Amino acid sequence: MNTLLRRVLFAVGLPVILVTLWWFVSAGSTSFFWPPLRAIVETFPETWLSGRLLSDVVPSLVRLFIGYGVALAIGIVAGVALGLSRTLRDYAEPTLEFLRAMPPPVLVPVIMLFAGIGDEMKVAVIALGCIWPVLLNTVEGVRAIDEVLADTARSYRLSVPTRLMTLVLRSASPQIVTGARQSLSVGIILMVISEMFAASNGLGFAIVQFQRGFEMPEMWSGVLLLGLIGVILSVIFRAFEAWVLRWYLSIQRIEQRV
Amino acid sequence: MNTTRSEGDASLLEVQHVRKVYSSGGTEFEAIRDLDFRVSDGEFLCIVGPSGAGKTTLLRCIGGLLDVTSGSVSLAGARVTSPPEGMAIVFQEYGRSLFPWLTVRQNVELPLREKKVPATRRAELVSDALEAVGLAHVPDSYPWQLSGGMQQRVAIARAVAYQPRILLMDEPFAAVDAQTRAELEDLVFSLWKSLQVTVVFVTHDIDEAIYLGQRVLVLSNSPTSVLEDVPIPLPKARDQLRTRSLPEFNELRQKIHRLVQTAKRTMIT
Amino acid sequence: MTLPLAQRGSTRLRAGSARRRVAIRGLTGTLLFVLILEAVPRLGLVNPAYLPPFSEIMVALGAQAATPAFWTLLGQTVFGWFTGLIIALVAGIALGMFIGSLKWVREATHSTIEFLRPIPSVALIPLAVILFGTDMRSTLLLVVYATFWQVLIQVLSGVQDVDPIARETARSYRFRPLTQLRSLVWPTALPYVMTGVRLGASVALILEITGELVIGSPGIGKQIVLSQTAGQVATMYAFVIVAGMLGVAVNLGTRLLERRVLRWHTSIRRDQEGSP
Repeated sequence: MNTLLRRVLFAVGLPVILVTLWWFVSAGSTSFFWPPLRAIVETFPETWLSGRLLSDVVPSLVRLFIGYGVALAIGIVAGVALGLSRTLRDYAEPTLEFLRAMPPPVLVPVIMLFAGIGDEMKVAVIALGCIWPVLLNTVEGVRAIDEVLADTARSYRLSVPTRLMTLVLRSASPQIVTGARQSLSVGIILMVISEMFAASNGLGFAIVQFQRGFEMPEMWSGVLLLGLIGVILSVIFRAFEAWVLRWYLSIQRIEQRV
Repeated sequence: MNTTRSEGDASLLEVQHVRKVYSSGGTEFEAIRDLDFRVSDGEFLCIVGPSGAGKTTLLRCIGGLLDVTSGSVSLAGARVTSPPEGMAIVFQEYGRSLFPWLTVRQNVELPLREKKVPATRRAELVSDALEAVGLAHVPDSYPWQLSGGMQQRVAIARAVAYQPRILLMDEPFAAVDAQTRAELEDLVFSLWKSLQVTVVFVTHDIDEAIYLGQRVLVLSNSPTSVLEDVPIPLPKARDQLRTRSLPEFNELRQKIHRLVQTAKRTMIT
Repeated sequence: MTLPLAQRGSTRLRAGSARRRVAIRGLTGTLLFVLILEAVPRLGLVNPAYLPPFSEIMVALGAQAATPAFWTLLGQTVFGWFTGLIIALVAGIALGMFIGSLKWVREATHSTIEFLRPIPSVALIPLAVILFGTDMRSTLLLVVYATFWQVLIQVLSGVQDVDPIARETARSYRFRPLTQLRSLVWPTALPYVMTGVRLGASVALILEITGELVIGSPGIGKQIVLSQTAGQVATMYAFVIVAGMLGVAVNLGTRLLERRVLRWHTSIRRDQEGSP
């Protein structure tokens, strides 16, 4: 009981102190750029919950999920192919090294040429930027498949689809998930900046509008919302990870104990 | 596959003048020079040899996991070029041959699903196999939650449920403690008797080979060939204490020990 | 396995020829990629106004590289990246060592760090703009913020990796705290710090370019946007390629540095997860 109380105190202590501090320090703020936290919190519902949630937040997230989903699918398929074929890997490695090192935000002006400033542009930017972490991690995961396990699968004459599903993808899943996590944060960045760049709706667009219109409490509330979305997505991802990798995480826990 | 079984000492597995040379980029390494032997249907054959004698290479060739350079391996008259039907392999590295993301039951069941065994029959085979290896109480555990000996039992159960005609075992008990090892030896022996399966058992442990086998094949050092084929005329009932203290057992042990020592010395050639 | 000497010699030869084969294949793959980039617009598969042939991009790159302005831009980008990286490193290492060394501080800050870390760095763009306008400092803020977390997380796990027995030993010999830090904590954490440097360096470059693109602070990112709006598509691609080459240089450089610094270390640690 005592330790539980202690842990709760430790977990919420600092955040409470920080928020309180912000609240009171900013309370008497007359600076135009730094509105009181109270004002920001008060603007939050009227800014976001009345309409903008549907007109800005939802389109942003939908574009993110489509782009991210496409990237995962292509990244995993290509990653498995490259991971299984040494020859393919030899040919593709230097090119991949270059494409991976390219900072993904440069895609925004490039894709704009092809796809204008609509939804297609944003989805394409997100997809192209998110592919690399998941692809490269998948390659590493597939390469690391245990030989004995692969021999076992062959000796029991498991068919190619079964081998792909129960051996290759499952073996590589810890690395695939790591790649997917990196891709997700790249995706959020690209979602926001592709909208800041050129858009008619979306979270990034709205925040820039507020900033240009000098609506400071609204802008701040947007920054908070964006942070909140980042945190929520990361929590969802972690829950997904704990479920997909439950076997792997349990093994790790056992190994750490020994 | 030709499945006609003739009675008597019809050979199930034929290894004819197998040679295996690993080569890449112009260099060659001869692992197996000439191996030639037969295994009759229902026999328990043990293969011993000094470490580095290419035992695992041989087993992988028999299992169709590795191509032979020349010669041939055939199972029931059909040439082995890829893992054949009716063959199961139990590897030494039990921890690495079980799928860690599948439960014990799922591990045993997976090859049966692939064989398209109907669900009810599948459930029956799985529970019988788990029963036979003494693991009926942990079907829903994951392999990594079990001890090493129990994990190897899962691998054996998977092989048993698969109903192979021939069971290949590659130093299966090299990585478990002595106590467990004796238990597992008796388990394999009793399974062999009750299931009438053919067993090819590779080991570096001479005692184990004599204890289990009807015949022991002693291999030379690499490049490997058969040094001697030793029949084991021990009574068919085995008992860890009694069998191992028989005078015949001791004689066989000394004989094979000498052979293995000779094999080791030829290393310098 | 002991191979005879003659065989061992040829094993080395074999490794050499295998390396050559990999190099030839890699080169072939790269040439193929370049060829596709050249052919696709020439065959009219894509509009050359959107993707000029590779050779034209190279010509544009050559023309740019001949101007001093190009090198100024490149310098601005590299300077911003490097400054941000150094600030984040110093802050991340100092704070990480402090938080990681004291159990109660670590416990008290854990939830806050876990909450702040996934906040996307680009959320700070409007703040940076109202604070510093399109000045270089705007981008610097982004770079430092994003890179700082990469470094901090690595340092924290590094400090926690200190062998408890080694720690007890150090304490039983009454090492002073500073000696403990220098002789025990730092060497243990160093591989993690280097992972932080490597991950941080590429994240810093991403945010540097982002800042230049979106905020318009000086550098090649800004130039990409300017060329695009001016319709100088080949020049835009030339700068995109420069950005990619910067990325490759950063990756290779940090990997080299890591290997250098950790030569003494038995196993260079496997890649930790990292996210911008």
